[in-house]
Amino acid sequence: MYRYDEFDHAFVSARVEQFRDQVQRRLSGELAEDAFKPLRLMNGVYLQLHAYMLRVAIPYGTLSSRQMRMLAHIARQYDRGYGHFTTRQNIQYNWPRLSETPDILQELASVEMHALQTSGNCIRNVTADHFSGAAADEVADPRPYAEILRQWSSVHPEFSFLPRKFKIAVTGAERDRAAIQVHDIGLHLKKDENGRLGFAVYVGGGQGRTPMIAKKIRDFLPEEDLLSYTTAIMRVYNLYGRRDNKYKARIKILVHETGAEELARQVEVEFAKLKDTELKLPNADIQAISAYFAPAALPNRPEGWGNLARWKKADPEFARWVHQNVEPHKHPDYGMVTISLKPIGGIPGDASDAQMDAVADIAEEYAFDEIRVSHEQNLILPHVALADLEPVYRALVAAGLATANAGLITDIIACPGLDYCALANARSIPVAQEISNRFGSPERQAEIGELKIKVSGCINACGHHHVGHIGLLGVEKKGAELYQITLGGSGDENTSIGEIIGRGFEPEKVTDAVETIVDTYLGLRRDRSETFLEAYRRVGPQPFKDALYGGNAQEAA
Amino acid sequence: MVDKVLTANRLADGISVWLDASGNWVESLQDAFVARHAEAIAALEATGKRSFDENKVVDVNVIDVEEVDGTLRPLRMRERIRAEGPSIAYAPGYHGLSGPKFAA
Repeated sequence: MYRYDEFDHAFVSARVEQFRDQVQRRLSGELAEDAFKPLRLMNGVYLQLHAYMLRVAIPYGTLSSRQMRMLAHIARQYDRGYGHFTTRQNIQYNWPRLSETPDILQELASVEMHALQTSGNCIRNVTADHFSGAAADEVADPRPYAEILRQWSSVHPEFSFLPRKFKIAVTGAERDRAAIQVHDIGLHLKKDENGRLGFAVYVGGGQGRTPMIAKKIRDFLPEEDLLSYTTAIMRVYNLYGRRDNKYKARIKILVHETGAEELARQVEVEFAKLKDTELKLPNADIQAISAYFAPAALPNRPEGWGNLARWKKADPEFARWVHQNVEPHKHPDYGMVTISLKPIGGIPGDASDAQMDAVADIAEEYAFDEIRVSHEQNLILPHVALADLEPVYRALVAAGLATANAGLITDIIACPGLDYCALANARSIPVAQEISNRFGSPERQAEIGELKIKVSGCINACGHHHVGHIGLLGVEKKGAELYQITLGGSGDENTSIGEIIGRGFEPEKVTDAVETIVDTYLGLRRDRSETFLEAYRRVGPQPFKDALYGGNAQEAA
Repeated sequence: MVDKVLTANRLADGISVWLDASGNWVESLQDAFVARHAEAIAALEATGKRSFDENKVVDVNVIDVEEVDGTLRPLRMRERIRAEGPSIAYAPGYHGLSGPKFAA
């Protein structure tokens, strides 16, 4: 993985000291709140309902064991013994003291981490496929390009005060596990007919109050043009993006109002001016960054096949976990392990300090010291030999991290919601917990198959409800919580925005409604191989409306 | 008139606090001073502004409450959750707003 050079170390350390000075001046009263607030936000410090919140960047979701141990240490030393992994592949701490945040940032800097650009109208943490560098269907590892974008966008003077925040995601596989079509810029790393690497470029996707699917404005952008073309997009956005209305300021609105074709033309005009400037990426630079991400030398471990078959036969629970949480690696003797942070009835994305330490230990011993955070709020061990799966499983069981539910109905994304968030209108976590408990039996989950439920506590959609197969949006109506249900959303290579199915449900009725939807699906699917999403796309909303609202389907919406 | 209390977050640690009758910021809504008429509300607002200017608290707001069986209850759920802490068992040893580290 990427290692800081001298410049990186000096830069991050200088920012910590600058922030320490700013916090001291704020606490002494020398700096007023209005002046301080944008400064703390630039360093990832928010104020939530109960306390401050610190959002720490995990670039493209990649962590070493040493870094994970530091995250555990911070949870233990400065917070309440846990952290929350987010849909942006970051981690949030919910109870840090402002007075201690400079110390936290200093500790993070010691393991090459920071909280820069995790807030504000700038280019945020660049996210990537959590299986990067390991997936069999990948053309190339997208993380070197994410790292190049991270370096280019960090305190970029021209793009530090954009009309609104800006999110970039990169995938290197046809199967999109990074939800690139609901990002401001989505990059799909691919090869052209001559075998050259480049990107399909998508612009103007996003969720929030106006969900939009990104438009492809370039079918193939050569890799050396990554920064010049991205700069061209940013310039067009910075110039024409709306600043008069916060709710219309994202690039998706500009793309929508301008039209994708005209916007692409404007980008090409800018690009023509930038194409042959210093922004062109020299091949040597791409190679130098790529070298940091060179795959670990994975020795052949063919004994794993036989072992695995024996272990699975001996222990059905282990077999279930392997079936659900381990995916094929590009090396046939290895697997990619999803560590579920969705225990039945638990809080999606939360991990205790002890659990973080346990994952760090397991990664160090069995997984080449590499850990990923997925945008689905799970952790990943991308390289585990099949021959080591059994001891990895035992260690995960001991840490309470072996829930076999990756991709199933209890693998729910949920934002912090009204339990923590100052923007929320309704709670998300208790809703996710109740659904998880209702469908928690392994047999029932297996019978239902792949089904992604995503819960947001407000229209900002941090819980990605728009792209949930079943999406739940919490709203406040007459002082009480109400949950609106959307169906048919998806955040993969066939992205779709879920459709509102009808009037909302009270908290005590929403799990029943989800069960009605699930039972309706089970009753109409062609066979077990037809997933919920496929069935929904085949039959449309009507059977679900009928089941939920009976003869009163017109009450819908 | 709806009863009101004054709430904010402490500057140094961000913890939710409410103003009591002695003019102190306390960690329990139940200890808050309840304003029941316009002059009292104006006094709350003035105190809030002063505390903000003195850099003791941030995000100062007057909120609506009702008294139910001797217990203060904010009218909005947001404020009920602010007063009671997360409604979930979020970490061993901690419940709502209180915990070993921050217990008063």
